[in-house]
Amino acid sequence: MKAMNEMSVSFLSVSANESFARAVVAAFASQLDPTIDQLADLKTAVSEAVTNAIVHGYRETLGTVYITAKLYETGKIVVRVRDKGVGIPDVEKAMEPLFTTGGEERAGLGFAVMQSFCDKVAVRSALGKGTTVTLHKSLLRRGREHE
Amino acid sequence: MGVRLLLREETLTARIVGEIDHHTARAVREEIDSAAQKVKPLRLCLDFTEVPFMDSSGVGLILGRYRLMQMWQGRVILCGLSPQVEKLVEISGLNRLVTMERRENDESHE
Repeated sequence: MKAMNEMSVSFLSVSANESFARAVVAAFASQLDPTIDQLADLKTAVSEAVTNAIVHGYRETLGTVYITAKLYETGKIVVRVRDKGVGIPDVEKAMEPLFTTGGEERAGLGFAVMQSFCDKVAVRSALGKGTTVTLHKSLLRRGREHE
Repeated sequence: MGVRLLLREETLTARIVGEIDHHTARAVREEIDSAAQKVKPLRLCLDFTEVPFMDSSGVGLILGRYRLMQMWQGRVILCGLSPQVEKLVEISGLNRLVTMERRENDESHE
């Protein structure tokens, strides 16, 4: 399926960019005319993925976080959040609710929240190379599905 | 981003203003904790009326304050929750540990 629109943005892995990242994706997704709730869900999922890249991917170091987002005519958005950080040794374990290596009051709910707020979440990771999280979400308004 | 603190009849109310994420949570936490540790109130009310957005960092924030209040058998109350914040609190299971009060004007508008 061919995307009808696409954007990419990259930024330094400083925590001040977490709000920038979710705002920029939300602004792009607005083209699909989503509901306020759908947009809030998307922002939350993006915030989790970007925070993971900054807190875990790059840990104490500074790197670049890459986001690409694609919009489809079916009303779907696919957001990819990529880092070139340390990678995740065990993706399955990392995705378990409450599992965290973050300390400092991280709830360990990042992936659980992404999964609850999106239709599908895919994670690819290689040790020492980085992690890519892909979020899929349909932003189709109810009642417009049969148009 | 900020916190407004109000102590009244053993209840410390912390009205949080702004978005809660990993970047902002630390300052909020420090401000609430320094007051709570001094006063050791019976109840800590976290007021989310002016929180337009929060991610799981906010869940960590609530959980941490719950643990702090447990040290002197205090309770945590959440109020002014938007539907988005409420959804996160429910996913995390926090609703079993704290008392939740919804945004007052939510029902009156319907």
